[in-house]
Amino acid sequence: MAELHADGLIEVLSRAQELEGHLSPALLRHVARRLRLPPSRVLGTASFYHLFRFTPPAAHSCLVCTGTACHVQGAAALLAALQREPLAQWGIELGTVRCVGTCSGAPLLVVDGRVWNHSSGATAVADLRRLMP
Amino acid sequence: MSTAATAMLRVCTAAGCRSRGGEQLRRHCATAATEAATEAATEAMAAGAPPLRVKGVGCLGPCSDGPLLAVDAEDTTRLFGFAADQASGRARAERVAAGLQQRLRATGSAPAGAELGTWRPPGAHLIPADDPFLALQRRLVLERCGLIDPGELDDALAAGAYRQLRAVLEQDDPAAVIAAVQRSGLRGRGGAAYPTGLKWQAVAAMAGQRKLVVCNGDEGDPGAFMDRTVLEGDPHGVLEGMAIAALAVGADHGFVYVRAEYPLAIARVRRAIAQAQRRGWLGTAIGGSRHGFDVEVRVGAGAYVCGEETALIHSIEGRRGTPRPRPPYPAERGAFGLPTLINNVETFANIPVLLRLGCEVYGRGTKVFSLTGPVRRGGVLEVPLGTSLRTIVETMGGGSASGRPIKAVQTGGPSGGCVPASALDVPVDDASLRALGTLLGSGGLVVLDAGTDMVDLAAFFMAFSREESCGKCIPCRCGTVQLELLLRKLLARRGTAADLAELERLCAVVSSASLCGLGQSAPRPLLSTLRHFRPEYTALLNAEAGQPQAVQP
Ligand SMILES: Cc1cc2nc3c(=O)[nH]c(=O)nc-3n(C[C@H](O)[C@H](O)[C@H](O)COP(=O)(O)O)c2cc1C
Ligand code: SF4
Ligand code: FES
Ligand code: FES
Repeated sequence: MAELHADGLIEVLSRAQELEGHLSPALLRHVARRLRLPPSRVLGTASFYHLFRFTPPAAHSCLVCTGTACHVQGAAALLAALQREPLAQWGIELGTVRCVGTCSGAPLLVVDGRVWNHSSGATAVADLRRLMP
Repeated sequence: MSTAATAMLRVCTAAGCRSRGGEQLRRHCATAATEAATEAATEAMAAGAPPLRVKGVGCLGPCSDGPLLAVDAEDTTRLFGFAADQASGRARAERVAAGLQQRLRATGSAPAGAELGTWRPPGAHLIPADDPFLALQRRLVLERCGLIDPGELDDALAAGAYRQLRAVLEQDDPAAVIAAVQRSGLRGRGGAAYPTGLKWQAVAAMAGQRKLVVCNGDEGDPGAFMDRTVLEGDPHGVLEGMAIAALAVGADHGFVYVRAEYPLAIARVRRAIAQAQRRGWLGTAIGGSRHGFDVEVRVGAGAYVCGEETALIHSIEGRRGTPRPRPPYPAERGAFGLPTLINNVETFANIPVLLRLGCEVYGRGTKVFSLTGPVRRGGVLEVPLGTSLRTIVETMGGGSASGRPIKAVQTGGPSGGCVPASALDVPVDDASLRALGTLLGSGGLVVLDAGTDMVDLAAFFMAFSREESCGKCIPCRCGTVQLELLLRKLLARRGTAADLAELERLCAVVSSASLCGLGQSAPRPLLSTLRHFRPEYTALLNAEAGQPQAVQP
């Protein structure tokens, strides 16, 4: 079904972001040229999806799960505790995710792709501090 | 669960247990088994027995006790958990592996692990086979999940995978397959509960050389992970269901759409497709027949609305995932303008099962649920449709784990609502739950205890819908913003009776005037909590703010 494959824009963007860390204007222009698509179509698609980013990531990422199971078991307090810390100075980017599907560990964090189950503000902050070089 | 005569360790390496060190545990146990076998062989100066088989498997069910480990020996199966074990994943893996090696050494050159029948992994607790969480399940869709190594096609084949596809190919009678699906009464498991056989018939009736089959594995409802479990634990069951569907409706190409948040499921489905292709169960001339069926994986990029079928189609085409009006339904005009059959992961996984069992034995079928929130035992369970919610939550889940009584159970995610504790005897099926103002939805059950603020929960879901609204139509784009603002106003105790009335009026507008299911259902969590927990709303009303002279900042 090769003729359908010309539409693999999202796959191309995912791969590009995987390699480069983010989608820079130059990278988006390059993708548009290579796929023979108008730049507006490429940016329009990329900006629709939450997982695409247009600025470089920090050294580490910390996502607080704000799905339902985590929410009813203290995710808001966990997020607030982390927001009070100068995570950016530690090279950690704080974000949220809506459920990673391992809710029995709620409330949880996803730090650099790894799940930290049953997280509480104080211990999470101490563990995150250790990520600093 | 049945066991073979030879012993085996099955370690859950699905995402839940993996986050608790399951993969580490498997690796350490496998190394211990190999070393013990090598030692035994050296001492006996002969080729020893093959090492004890240590297998990584899909979800075993009670994820909250994880990482889970099943010991099959001497014709019994014992399931162990480590819920009370505070050790780190590594320390636990080392401890258990050391215990295993010691035990295997003690039995010398005895056949690989045959004497593990009484072995208890150090630090583990037994989950007895008659525990309600296990005993009350009817595992059809999850039959092979937890038994087979999902990365090994041979394991799946030995357990019966692709047998129904073979039978369907031999019969070569698409109409008979559709008739069987129709007779079974199977309804879609993705949330809308549409009769699967009818949908298949509609796609089959379409003219056209090319048709598509799409498996919806977007599973966006927070707190739901049934589809992740099926895709991780038995990907071949889903692929077999898709291939049968393709034969029945006359499609030659398929897509499995999986959300990016499920990297392990994506990897396992990709691997399963490659293996099935190599053995001729997918690709050209499947099973040696004249039919061809190719499948490829499409990964989502984080947009809840892409679970909606028309948005999913746009996403597969590499576009913005915005829904469009129906008709035309995907059966008529789907991805790339072709007639397209879209079903949920669990729907497809039901197909080989119901064909094998026949309608009589299959009965009403089952539903897979993910049970979360403050319950004693949570995880994934499959029960006969119509089991009561109380059985699932109190008997199987063991009730509240927080010390506070259960207040309600949330079902159906952001499109659903709450079942109050007083109504827990409701049987879980779509019609009964709809009568209570909620939905069966895809199967996520989130237990709420007395500490849950229901107005806050309504605001939480409204914020979710606001964030995930694609913005295409005004009632949803603006209505969710307004509704959330009103809820926040109530929560700040600045709301009035007029605000509450406005809230209800606006809910009616949003649900009736929105284009797709996201907007149409967005008010449901609010309306449901309002219906069952109205005093919590009225208690927040600010009486003074209701007076005309009171000016609010
Ligand atoms: C906002 C929204 C999100 C949805 N998300 C999913 C989903 O994650 N998985 C799914 O199978 N169906 C989802 N659906 C339902 C699909 O549109 C469609 O009905 C379903 O995939 C059909 O398969 P089934 O008949 O086997 O259930 C969603 C619907 C809406 C309106
Ligand atoms: S109802 Fe909401 S999500 Fe659906 S099309 Fe309209 S704006 Fe988009
Ligand atoms: S709600 Fe947090 S992992 Fe599911
Ligand atoms: S993930 Fe291991 S038991 Fe569910």
